[in-house]
Amino acid sequence: MASGKFFDEMHGDSDTVRDAYDAIARWLASVPAREFKAKRKEAEVLFRRMGITFLVYGTAESVERLIPFDIIPRVLTQEEWSLIERGCLQRVHAINAFLHDIYHDQEIVKAGRIPPEAVFTNPKYRPEMQGLDLPGDTYIHITGIDLVRVGEREFYVIEDNLRNPSGVSYMLENREVMMRLFPSLFSGHRIAPVNNYPELLLQNLRAVAPPGVTQPTVALMTPGIYNSAYFEHVFLADEMGVELVEGEDLFVKDDHVFMRTTHGPVQVDVIYRRVDDEYLDPLAFNPDSILGVPGLLAAYRAGGVTLANAIGTGVADDKAMYTFVPDMIDFYLGEAPILSNVPTWQLSKADDLAYVLDRLHEVVVKEVGGAGGYGMLVGPAASKAEIAAYRARILADPGNFIAQPTLSLSTCPTFTERGVASRHVDLRPYVLTGTNSTVVPGGLTRVALTEGSLVVNSSQGGGTKDTWVLRGGRRP
Amino acid sequence: MTIVLSRSADHLYWMSRLIERAENTARILDVSDRMGLLPAGSESTSGGEWDAVLEITGDAANFHARFPEATAANVISHMTLDPENPSSIYSLVRAARENARAERVGITTEMWEALNSTWLEISDLTAAKLAARGYRNFFDWIKERSHLFRGSSVATMLRDERYHFLRLGTFVERADNTARILDVKYHILLPDISDVGSAIDHFQWGALLRSVSAYRNYHHAYKQAITPVKVADLLIFNSAFPRSLHSCHNEIVVLLDEISGPRGGEAARQAGELHAMLHYGRIEAVFQHGLHEFLSDFINRNNRLSSEIQSAYLVAQ
Repeated sequence: MASGKFFDEMHGDSDTVRDAYDAIARWLASVPAREFKAKRKEAEVLFRRMGITFLVYGTAESVERLIPFDIIPRVLTQEEWSLIERGCLQRVHAINAFLHDIYHDQEIVKAGRIPPEAVFTNPKYRPEMQGLDLPGDTYIHITGIDLVRVGEREFYVIEDNLRNPSGVSYMLENREVMMRLFPSLFSGHRIAPVNNYPELLLQNLRAVAPPGVTQPTVALMTPGIYNSAYFEHVFLADEMGVELVEGEDLFVKDDHVFMRTTHGPVQVDVIYRRVDDEYLDPLAFNPDSILGVPGLLAAYRAGGVTLANAIGTGVADDKAMYTFVPDMIDFYLGEAPILSNVPTWQLSKADDLAYVLDRLHEVVVKEVGGAGGYGMLVGPAASKAEIAAYRARILADPGNFIAQPTLSLSTCPTFTERGVASRHVDLRPYVLTGTNSTVVPGGLTRVALTEGSLVVNSSQGGGTKDTWVLRGGRRP
Repeated sequence: MTIVLSRSADHLYWMSRLIERAENTARILDVSDRMGLLPAGSESTSGGEWDAVLEITGDAANFHARFPEATAANVISHMTLDPENPSSIYSLVRAARENARAERVGITTEMWEALNSTWLEISDLTAAKLAARGYRNFFDWIKERSHLFRGSSVATMLRDERYHFLRLGTFVERADNTARILDVKYHILLPDISDVGSAIDHFQWGALLRSVSAYRNYHHAYKQAITPVKVADLLIFNSAFPRSLHSCHNEIVVLLDEISGPRGGEAARQAGELHAMLHYGRIEAVFQHGLHEFLSDFINRNNRLSSEIQSAYLVAQ
């Protein structure tokens, strides 16, 4: 799978144009570069005016930036989408069953399919969740599954984001901007709509309210305006028509959660929280947290409030547990995985470690608990000095790292300074689960704007694209 | 009934106060700028108009710690684009935009875009660009942006409690600022008897009226030459003039009545008392007692009302 040749989504492996890109190719050929430049400027103005920015961490002062938007959409056929959809639903069902299991009878451990230490010594395992029954037995109400494509029908799952997956606002706003800039492109295609996402999300959140609550009040909890995804929190709360709350707006009384309002306390039944477990409740977790609500965990355990996602889901989405997802699919569903895992070397194992240390220049190495593309090594793109420095980090704590072969991510036509060129992409579809699950047809396509780069993270200079799922196969 | 978080109400209230203050700061600078255009040689106007700006914005100490002299250039640079000065127009717009950013859910897209693009434009300005553009043009631009923000809120926002808190901020701030603008005249010219009724005097009252967009209103309302008593009457008691203290407090009592939360009794009482004073007061009595004293007392009571609103509704209970 790692070879010098990449699958191009417009051209496939040949020089012809694949059916899905027929209209896009004609459009690209007919529009002069000057007009693309003008449209791209217009898109940037739209995003900036809407205030769609994110904060970049790690610089001396965090700055508001615009994620670059590429105006050439990425197109998936109905058949391709159907494969992705079934694969994502299968994963979500299996992982949800796994979370319920490890926080109840732990049968998968007893059956010897997953070693106990992988679960119980995992820092994201939350003993507070043991034996707790949740509405609908749902743990992961919102998931984002990162996929890459390497061939015509070959997709790999890179990671499952089960805690606070972000980026869905870009999926929605990218579509909005594309429809505004290129209305005629849309009339020539039958593209599945994505804009019902917020409504679906609200329906799913309302469906998991504590038993007995008939008219649940939903709120979205944010760490505040300095969070990198704050724009998205605002956007989703606004689209759903629910209150955007911070820790200081909430308090707990008699095992129920209340908002402080101008007319006194108002009970909250479901909290879509975009705050990590550790910061939810200073009494139970990090005592220094000023983001949380004292007593929230107790109210949650007493069934007075539903949290989405549940506490303790992180145990299933670190890079070590990822390798067991095919086992979960087999164990709980009795099925074979529809979407493949990327082969992964656990550097805690001596054999794997030795193998990887010999091949640092050709593999990708990641921290087990890392995210956002921070702190990873992309062997083929790294200098000798970078590799040497990374080797020292691995040797200091091998158990903290995993390695994977460098994947040949597919490419899509992308507008660059020197015209239209192929750039590598990945895809994050979003799965919503209340009492049942849905995948909104589309997702966030991230594109590595630097020529040859395989890192698509926005924090590392990646951009995004509108992602189209064509309805009814070919264009009518 | 709509649910409004105390924190949200606080953001909305201050968002509109800060924008209103930015607009009125532009108006105050505009008066002084116009007064500074008086023919050279009229000694009684030299310098005084810029000290007055610092007096009425309460910023004199802060200014003098950084600048030796209150010249036009110094005061304008301090009050327009200085990011270090919390009362500069730049800082006010930045703070209003931060409140809006925290309250994107509670305001409409048009309001956000009006504020956000104002911020993007002002953060891109430099002293050189400002001078090239002309101060007067800049002041007009700030007024326009404030009108755009307020106009889009009136035209697009749901008439729920969020809207009431936003409007409340506008009128509490405007009443305060109109009182301060009227007080400029007191600070500039402690009556030099020889000037009363002179061309300079007329020019200054005229400049003051223009700065609150009331020059023509004055003539429509009073149909006579500009006199200090009538100008003060227009700005304090005339309920038809939308920037007068009376007019602002007409709005405030209604808004507090609409909101009427469980802890809002004292705020409503104070507002009612102030409103009665403006509704039944007479300008002759004000001048007998002293205009400056009247305005200082009003500014204090208006502030107390604001603190009461703050503690009844805006602070997390």
